[in-house]
Amino acid sequence: MMFRSCITAIALVFICTSALISPAHAIDPLPFTDLKQEQRFQAVTAELRCLQCQNQNLADSDAGLAKDMRQQIFEMMQKGDSDQQIKQYMIDRYGDFVIYSPPFNWQNSLLWLLPLFAAVGGITFVSLHFRSARQLAAAHSKTGENPRSNTEPGARAPQVDAGDNW
Amino acid sequence: MTDGAKTAEIHTREVEPFGAAPKPATNLRWLLFLVPLLLLIALGALLASNLGKDPKIVPSPLIGKPAPNFSTFDLLSGAVVSSETLRGQAFVLNVWASWCAVCQLEHPVFNAYKQTPGALPVIGLNYKDAPDDAKRWLAQLGNPYQQIAVDASGKIGLDLGVYGAPETYFIDRNGIIRFKQIGEMTAQILAEQTALIGGAQ
Amino acid sequence: MTPEIGQIALILALCLSLVLFVAPIIGAWRGNTALMRLSTPAASGQFVFVALAFSLLTYAFIAQDFSVKYVADNSNAELPLIYRYTAVWGGHEGSKLLWALVLSGWTLAAAAFSRHLPETLRARVLGTLGLIGSGFMGFLVFTSNPFTRWLPPMADGNDLNPLLQDPGMIIHPPMLYMGYVGMAVPFAFAVAALLEGKMDRQWVRWSRPWTNVAWAFLTVGIALGSWWAYYELGWGGWWFWDPVENASFMPWLVACALIHAQAITEKRGTFVNWTLLLSIAGFSLSLLGTFLVRSGILTSVHAFASDPLRGAYILGFLGIVSGGALTLFAIRASRVRVASNAALVSKESLLIVNNVLLVSACFLVLCGTLWPLVTEMMGTLKLALAPDSAPLPKVSVGAPWFGANFGLLIAPLLLLMPLGAFTKWNGDSFSNILPKLKFAALGAVIVALLAWLSIKNLNVKAILGVLVGFWIIFGTLAFVLKRLRENSSAQRFTFEMLAMSCAHLGIGLWLLGVVLVESLSVERDVRLGVGESVAIAQYTLTMKSVAHVSGENYEADEGVFELKKGDSLIAVLKPQKRQYRRGNVMTEAAIDPSLSRDIYVALGEPLDSSGKVWAVRAYYKPYIRLIWLGALLMGLGGILGAFERRLRKRVEATAPASAGFPKSADTQVAV
Repeated sequence: MMFRSCITAIALVFICTSALISPAHAIDPLPFTDLKQEQRFQAVTAELRCLQCQNQNLADSDAGLAKDMRQQIFEMMQKGDSDQQIKQYMIDRYGDFVIYSPPFNWQNSLLWLLPLFAAVGGITFVSLHFRSARQLAAAHSKTGENPRSNTEPGARAPQVDAGDNW
Repeated sequence: MTDGAKTAEIHTREVEPFGAAPKPATNLRWLLFLVPLLLLIALGALLASNLGKDPKIVPSPLIGKPAPNFSTFDLLSGAVVSSETLRGQAFVLNVWASWCAVCQLEHPVFNAYKQTPGALPVIGLNYKDAPDDAKRWLAQLGNPYQQIAVDASGKIGLDLGVYGAPETYFIDRNGIIRFKQIGEMTAQILAEQTALIGGAQ
Repeated sequence: MTPEIGQIALILALCLSLVLFVAPIIGAWRGNTALMRLSTPAASGQFVFVALAFSLLTYAFIAQDFSVKYVADNSNAELPLIYRYTAVWGGHEGSKLLWALVLSGWTLAAAAFSRHLPETLRARVLGTLGLIGSGFMGFLVFTSNPFTRWLPPMADGNDLNPLLQDPGMIIHPPMLYMGYVGMAVPFAFAVAALLEGKMDRQWVRWSRPWTNVAWAFLTVGIALGSWWAYYELGWGGWWFWDPVENASFMPWLVACALIHAQAITEKRGTFVNWTLLLSIAGFSLSLLGTFLVRSGILTSVHAFASDPLRGAYILGFLGIVSGGALTLFAIRASRVRVASNAALVSKESLLIVNNVLLVSACFLVLCGTLWPLVTEMMGTLKLALAPDSAPLPKVSVGAPWFGANFGLLIAPLLLLMPLGAFTKWNGDSFSNILPKLKFAALGAVIVALLAWLSIKNLNVKAILGVLVGFWIIFGTLAFVLKRLRENSSAQRFTFEMLAMSCAHLGIGLWLLGVVLVESLSVERDVRLGVGESVAIAQYTLTMKSVAHVSGENYEADEGVFELKKGDSLIAVLKPQKRQYRRGNVMTEAAIDPSLSRDIYVALGEPLDSSGKVWAVRAYYKPYIRLIWLGALLMGLGGILGAFERRLRKRVEATAPASAGFPKSADTQVAV
């Protein structure tokens, strides 16, 4: 079983690296009606993942499946389908994996929330820290304790030059 | 090193409250410092749990949904093979091609399956293949298929969400896709799924 | 015979790493000078043996010894000589050996340039580096031996992947590893400080040059990777948010934050714990990156032959090294509390905002990269809890998501960037800071207006990007001018100020390059016959001929294209479609480079049997070179920062952080 799945993996890797090492091979001059449509096509295919060579997007992949999908997308554009319809067509058949932007749903909410939480939480935490550090400093200056008394006798100040205080 | 020891002492003495200064909540503070380690452990668990899994497998969104309609011709007989003709029976749809190395490896499993009692009919989908190559391949390796749908352009595969060969779909008698096997088929999976689907007669 | 010597050399290096780990740490703990002094010979010995092993592997490639399995997998008889050198790190085992070589090099450098450190600290720094070294030598010896033989030897090897047969291969991995691995030194300093129990500003002072240099190399390494992908892979893209790219970007973001945090700690004595934590996080992310690339749990264009066993080893190693450091952190760092008078608007707070944003950005990249794994785990849990429910769909997190969210997070950072240099420590106000930058702001607005009026198709995002980019550039120049005006020539610039100015200018240029190329680039895929032309931006590209040429280990079809603007000939471009004799096919694009734009042509397939009609892709990429120029400036800034003499001074008394400051009322160590 292990051996056979290795063979599958090797076969896929072989196919995809042969595709990968002939990059820019994914040049399908399709007969677009105008430049705008061509740019729209480039934008849509860049947002979709090639499922055979999963490290490339549909615009760049040379895989046979990618060519089929691009052909399908081209035909849909000629028919007048919108970008959203085209993407949904692919998602219906291949799942959310085919589109590079994860859909905004409960399952993925954490993906947006975690970094947001980190940023907001970080700023909050830091503000609180600033406040407590100032309180501590205020407490010290109130009692007049001089931390210098804890140093060795004869301790000198570290050299301060222009570099220390700019 | 004496000054090292003294400095160390300064730095490790606990904070003492001074007059109006708030009493530091040292217990809670220590926990805060534990957070990075806990995050690392969580990360490690996440990574470890995913080791050995194949990241390339794409689960099908069509599980539990009706199989897409298609209509094409049989490779050998030329008769019509379509979702219409297959309606009303549970079957196994095996996507294969003569250029696919792993299909060769899994083929004996299907040949053997055909002989087992209670086996579902196996319909082959010849995916993006040349008919002559396909016929030669079958002649060499055996033909366990009840019918072989030809998908030369890959359009049927696109509707099914096929992204490589071999892939196998288990479709029940209501036309709903119940399971998709990505990659090589095993006798065990065939038996399991047959029991699940065939049992719901 | 020589591969066996190489193997022995690795084993000896492993032994020496273990000595380097154990002896100085015990020596420092016990006050045993003899043990501590073992660190220098151990570090030297480790380097010598790893270098020997590396040389022997290189020799095996040059001599084309196909009995060594690794050589057979990554080279063949026709491989040109220069690529036989680079093929050494073309696969997993060799690249790990390069890792080990770079690590032992950094360790040796740390040993050589740390004479001014107190003995115990030095011993602990080297001991920590020894621990890391042991882990890597162990990895090589036990799981990734590059010297395994395959007997009887093959007559000829497979080939080095043609994508790697390229000058970029010569320089990108070594530079990247210098940065990646270099993060181990600040890590070692942090761990040593924790072991010492002396978490003051001294160790930060000494660790700053190392951090700067490591960050500089990482910047250059990443930029080289981006440049190489651009011209070699033919996608015209310069960043794909691929998991492996992210794996190198995360330590970069943390290293960037670390440099700024070190500035605070070193000068003000505050935020010691945070600096400790970032130092640990930086190298941990490097290890995480190595894990992601080599374990096979994520699909990536870069993935080496992935092996879960190797992944498990690295994960375990990450657990020991980072887990150990973080445990130490939890125990020791919590004992330090620092008081500070810093106000909410001050240089400290601006630098901390920088840190929060950079670390959040790093966290964003981490979440996005690992999200497929999280989804996988959620799916498994769901099926375990509700076996009959529909499985969770697998999702992709790719360039669109990263680009948008990352951009949002660093936009405030970029806006605040010029302010830091003009803000006072401890307390300042915006009414004080902002007037100093009024000309910079005005200049940026004027340039943005000019850009909007003169360049067609510039969208809103690009105009804002131009505004912010020039705001950063002019703001940095304002600082330079201020230093020039207000100080006598002796006191104008420290290396640190030069470094900051250089690096921030680099960021400004980088931002300009990014927004301009993203909004203005044009791509055409056309069918061209000989003599036919395609219009791209304001240029015309004409295919004049296609002919057959031969290379050292390939046959190719070479197209000759004329690039014209109106009637004047700008350049002749010769893209090739290569068929390597070992079977691989590759497209070699032709580029007409310039700072203002790149024109890029690639051949696709012949569209008819005569070979005279081809599918051709052409790109117009304006200002894309600014991206890499900006990165080079950043790298230069990093290197300059390391020369700051003040950071190498040994201070007279190892006084606690607060003592002796001219403004000592501001910061006090709580005792």
